[in-house]
Amino acid sequence: MSADPIILLAQTQKITPPSIEYSSLSPLLIVFVVALVGVLVDAFATRRARRVIQPVLAGGGFIAALVAVAVLHGRHAVLASGAVAIDAPTLFMQGTILVFALLSVLLVAERQLDSSGGVIVASAAITPGSKGSTAQQTSAHMQTEAYPLMVFSVTGMMLFVASNNLLVMFVALEILSLPLYLLAGLARRRRLLSQEAAMKYFLLGAFSSAFFLYGVAFAYGFAGSVELGKVADAVGAVGKNDTYLYLSLGLLAVGLFFKIGAAPFHSWTPDVYQGSPTPVTAFMAAGTKVAAFGALLRVFYVAFGGLRWDWRPVLWTVAILTMVVGAVLALTQRDIKRMLAYSAVAHAGFLLVGLAGTNTDGLRGSMFYLVTYGFTTIAAFAAVSLVRTGDGEASDLSQWRGLGRSSPLLAGTFSFLLLALAGIPLTSGFTGKFAVFQAAIEGDATPLVIVALVCSAIAAFFYVRVIVLMFFSEPLAEGPVVVTRPTLTFGTVGIGTVATLVLGVAPQPLLDLANTAATSGFVR
Amino acid sequence: MNTVPWLTILLIVPAAAAVVVAALPRRHATLAKQLTLAVTLAVLVLAVIATFAYDPDKAGFQFGQSYDWISTFGISYSVGADGISLVLMLLAALLVPVVVLSSWDEVDGGGAGGGRVPAPTVAPDRGMPGGSVGDVGPVGDVEGIGPVGDVGGGAGGTTAVLAAPAPARPVTFPPVETRGEAETPGRRSVPAFFALLLALEAGMIGVFAATDVFLFYVFFEAMLIPMYFLIGSYGPVTEQAQRSYAAVKFLVYSLLGGLLMLAAVIGLYVVSADNLGHGTFDFATLRQMEITPGVQKLLFLGFFVAFAIKAPLFPFHTWLPDAGAQSPTGGAVLLVGVLDKVGTFGLIRYCIPLFPDGADYFAPMVLGLAVVGIFYGALLAIGQRDMKRLVAYTSLAHFGFIALGVFAFTSQAGTGAVLYMVNHGLSTGLLFLVVGFLVSRRGTRDVGAYGGLAKVTPVLAGVFLLAGLSSLALPGTNSFVSEFLVLVGTFTANKPLAIVATCGIVLAAIYVLYLYQRTMTGPIVHPDNKVLHDLSLREKLVVAPIVALIVALGVYPKPLLDIITPTVTATYADIGKSDPAPTHPAAAHPGAAHPGATQPVATQPGGHS
Repeated sequence: MSADPIILLAQTQKITPPSIEYSSLSPLLIVFVVALVGVLVDAFATRRARRVIQPVLAGGGFIAALVAVAVLHGRHAVLASGAVAIDAPTLFMQGTILVFALLSVLLVAERQLDSSGGVIVASAAITPGSKGSTAQQTSAHMQTEAYPLMVFSVTGMMLFVASNNLLVMFVALEILSLPLYLLAGLARRRRLLSQEAAMKYFLLGAFSSAFFLYGVAFAYGFAGSVELGKVADAVGAVGKNDTYLYLSLGLLAVGLFFKIGAAPFHSWTPDVYQGSPTPVTAFMAAGTKVAAFGALLRVFYVAFGGLRWDWRPVLWTVAILTMVVGAVLALTQRDIKRMLAYSAVAHAGFLLVGLAGTNTDGLRGSMFYLVTYGFTTIAAFAAVSLVRTGDGEASDLSQWRGLGRSSPLLAGTFSFLLLALAGIPLTSGFTGKFAVFQAAIEGDATPLVIVALVCSAIAAFFYVRVIVLMFFSEPLAEGPVVVTRPTLTFGTVGIGTVATLVLGVAPQPLLDLANTAATSGFVR
Repeated sequence: MNTVPWLTILLIVPAAAAVVVAALPRRHATLAKQLTLAVTLAVLVLAVIATFAYDPDKAGFQFGQSYDWISTFGISYSVGADGISLVLMLLAALLVPVVVLSSWDEVDGGGAGGGRVPAPTVAPDRGMPGGSVGDVGPVGDVEGIGPVGDVGGGAGGTTAVLAAPAPARPVTFPPVETRGEAETPGRRSVPAFFALLLALEAGMIGVFAATDVFLFYVFFEAMLIPMYFLIGSYGPVTEQAQRSYAAVKFLVYSLLGGLLMLAAVIGLYVVSADNLGHGTFDFATLRQMEITPGVQKLLFLGFFVAFAIKAPLFPFHTWLPDAGAQSPTGGAVLLVGVLDKVGTFGLIRYCIPLFPDGADYFAPMVLGLAVVGIFYGALLAIGQRDMKRLVAYTSLAHFGFIALGVFAFTSQAGTGAVLYMVNHGLSTGLLFLVVGFLVSRRGTRDVGAYGGLAKVTPVLAGVFLLAGLSSLALPGTNSFVSEFLVLVGTFTANKPLAIVATCGIVLAAIYVLYLYQRTMTGPIVHPDNKVLHDLSLREKLVVAPIVALIVALGVYPKPLLDIITPTVTATYADIGKSDPAPTHPAAAHPGAAHPGATQPVATQPGGHS
C-alpha cells in the first residue's frame, strides 16, 4: 500500500498541486510573514530604529493573526492535503498562544527595568569573562533578533497545534524549538547561566526530537501513513503489527512529554527556566505548554484514541510522577525562578490528569486550564523581573524577605498570583483545577484526582512559604529594589492578574468558548 | 414571600467595606477603625432584623436567592438561611464588632487603654520548631509606644526601637496628639488589619448562607486567606518564627482538608450528573438524591475529614493551639468562636443530610473521636502554661461535645449541639478576649507570670471567672443548657457514651478553676502585677454584650432554641432518624415527650418548642 503512490506518480508523470486554502491558513501565514519581515528589518534598519520597529511589528503581527483567528471561528476542515487541521480546538489554542505571545513581547520590549537597556544581551557571541564582556553589560544595545526569533517560534507553536500529520508536526516542533534554544541564551545578566540553559535545552531538546521522529517512523511502519486520521484507522483495523504501534506511541509520547515538561522528562525545566531571560521564560512557560499540550491532545485523541485503554496506565503513571516530582522538588528550591519551574512541572501533571479523563470534558478542562495557567504564570514571571538588585533580578528567595513591608502592592499582587497557582477559590487556578479534576472523576480517574489534590496541598506549601517570606519576615537592610515606574512589565502583570481574577470569579464566557471548541472536537 | 435579600446584603456590605478599608492609606488608621466599626455594627443590626423576619416554623430555606454563576458545571450563587445557619450568622455578626472594638489599639499600639506596655518578653513556647525563617528578634517591636514626632516621620521609629527592649514596666505614655499613625516602614498596616477582619466577616456570612455546595466550598477555602494573614502578619510581634509557623500550619492543614473535600464535592457533582442527567451543586436537589451506600461512605469521608480538621476533632487538632496562641486576640476570637464552627456546621448541614448511610456507618467512629477529644483536650488544657494555648485546648474538648451531639442522631442532642456552637462562641470568645487583655497588659501568655490579679483588677477577674464558669457549663450560664441537652440527647441514644462524656465536665472544672486560681487568686508574686490597670471603658464595652448574653441565654435560651429546633428536627427526620421511643412510663404523658423533660427547667425548651 505504501508503495502505491510512487508507482502512480511514475506512470502518469503528472503532479496535481494540492489546493491550499490560504484564507484558512491566514493566522499562520501572517505570523510567518511577520517573522520574515523581522529578519529583513534586522538586516536593514539602524540599531536605534530596530528597537522600536521590531516590537511594534511583532505585536502588530500577533494582533492581526488574532483577528484572523477570530474571523475563522467555526471552520472545521483538513487543509493542504491533510497536513493541517483547522478546527475549533486548533483555533482556540492558536488564539491562546497569540495572546500569550503578545504579553511576552511587552516583556521583551521592556527597557525601563535594567539600568542599561532591556533584558536581552547586547551581543550574545561575546564569551563571558573575555574582553568586552563587561562593556556589553552596560551597553544600551540589544540583540533585536530576539523578536523575529520569538515570532518564528510562535509560527511553530501555531503549526504544532494545527498539524494533522506527524511529519508536519515534527517540522512544527523544530520551528518552535530552535528559536527557543537561541532565546534561552540571550539573557543580559548571568551570561554563563544563560548559555548553560541554552546548551542544555538544545541538547536535550534535540534528543527528544529524535525520539519523536523515530516515533513518526514507526507510526508510518504501522499505518502506512503519517496522517493522524489514517493512523487512527489503522489502530481500529485488526491484524497489524502491534509492536510498531506501541513503539510509535511510546516514542511520540516521549517527545511530547519532554516539551510539556512531564516527569521523568522534566530535568531541563529548572535550568532553562532559571537561565533564560525572564520574559523568555514566561513565554516558554505559557506558550510552549499550550502548543505542546495542543499537539499531545491531538495525537492522543485523534491518532491513538482507539487505544486509550492501553495508554491510560502510562498516562496515569506519568501524571502521578510529574505531580509528585514537581511538588516535592519545588519544596527544596531556593531560587524563585527554579521554584516556578518545578511548579510548572507540577501543573503539567495536573493537566495530564485532565487528559486522563479521556472525554470531551477533559478536552474542555485542559484547554481552559492552559489559558488560566498561562495568564497567571506570565504575570508571575513578570512580577519576578520587577524585583531587582544592582546585579539584575533578585531571584534568590532570601532576597524577597520582608518585601510585603517595603512594597506591599507588588508583594500583594505576587501573593495573589501564587495563591492562584496554588488553586485557592476565586482565582482562575481553582476554576482550572476544578475543570480538569471534574473531567477526570467523570472519566473514572478518581484515584488520580486524589493524588493530584494531595500534591496540590504540598504545592500550596511552597507557594505559601514565599508569602511567609514576603509578609511575615522583617525586610532586609540591603534588600532588593522594586521598580515602581510604570512600565510595560507593569501592564503585563496587571493584565495577567486581572485575567486571573476574572477567570476565577466569572469563568463562564471562557468555559463556554472551551466547551464549544471541545464539543465540536478535532477534525480528522 | 420575603423579598428583601437579607443574606446578600449581609454578604456584600462587609465585602465592599473590606475593599474600601483596604484601599485607605496607612495614615488614615483611625478612619479605618471607625469605618470598620460602623459597618460591622450595621451588619449586626441587619442580622438582628433578619432574625426577626425569619419564620422558624416554615420548612426549608428562607431568604433564598439563586442566580446562575457557572452554568457549565451547574454552579449557582444560591443563598438561604435555616435555623442552624441563622444563629451562626448572628453569632458571627455579633462577634466581629466586638473584635473590632477589642482590637482598636492592638495593631498600632496606641495605648488608649492607658495600661499598655511594650512587650518584648517572649513567652515560653515549647515544642515549636523555628521553621525555615529566622527569628529577627525584637527590632521591629515598636508596639505600644506612642510615636513621638510628626506623622510620616521616621524619627518615632528610632526612639521606639531603642525603648522597646526595656523590661516591661508599667509606664503610661503621655497622650500624644497624633498617636498611632507613624509610618515606620516595618510597621504593620492598620487599615489592612481591619480590611482582613471585614473580609473574614464576609466569608463567615457566606459560608453559612451558601446553599450551593460549590459556593460553600469557595467560601470555606477563601476564608482561610484573611485568617492566614491575620495570624502571620498580626500575631505577636516578637515571635516572628512561631507565628509564621502557626500561620502556615493552619493554612496547609486546612487546605489539605479542603482539597480532600474538593474531591468529594466533585464526586458529588459527578454522581448527580449520573443520577439526574445534569450535574448540579444545589443543596436541596442533592439532598433528595439517592446515592449508593458505598459511594456515600467515600464522599462522607471526604467531607468529614475537612470538617474534622476545621472543627477540629481529636486527631486533626494540632494546628489549633498554635494558631490560637499566635493569632492576635481578635483573630483568635473569630478563629475559635466562629471559623471553627464551620466544621461542626458542615457536619450537621452537609455530612448528615447528604450522606445518611455514610453518617450512619461512621457514627461510632465519630462518637469515639468526640469522646477522646473531650478528655484529651481537657487533659492537655490542664497541663498548659501558655494561656492562649490553654483556651485553644479547652475548645478541643468543647468540639468533642458538639460532635457528640451531632452524631447522637436525636433531635435533642442535635439542638443542643447547635446551641453549643453559639454558646461556645460566646464563652470561649470571652475567654480569649480576657486573656488578650491580660497579655496586652503584661506582654506574656505564661500563666506563671500572673497571680493575685483579682485584687488589682477586680472587674477583669470577675469577667474572667464568668467566662470560665460558662466554659465549664455551670448551671445558670448559657453553656449549661447546651451541654445538658447534648448529654441528655446522647443518653437516650447511647448510654455508655453519655456517661463517659459527662465525666469530662469534671475535667473542665479543673482546667478552668486551676487557671483562675493560678492567675487571679493568691498573693501577688510579681511586682509588675501590682500596678496593672483594670478594664478600661472600651474594654468594658467589649465584654459587656457577651457577658449579658452568657447570663441571659443561661436563664432564657428559648428564643434561640425556637429557631434551632425545627431545623434540627427536620434534618434528622429527613434521614429517618426519629428520637428513640421513651422507655419510662412517664413518657406517655404529652408534656414529657422526651426523657429530658423530667430534668431541670432550663432544658425544657429543647424538648418542646
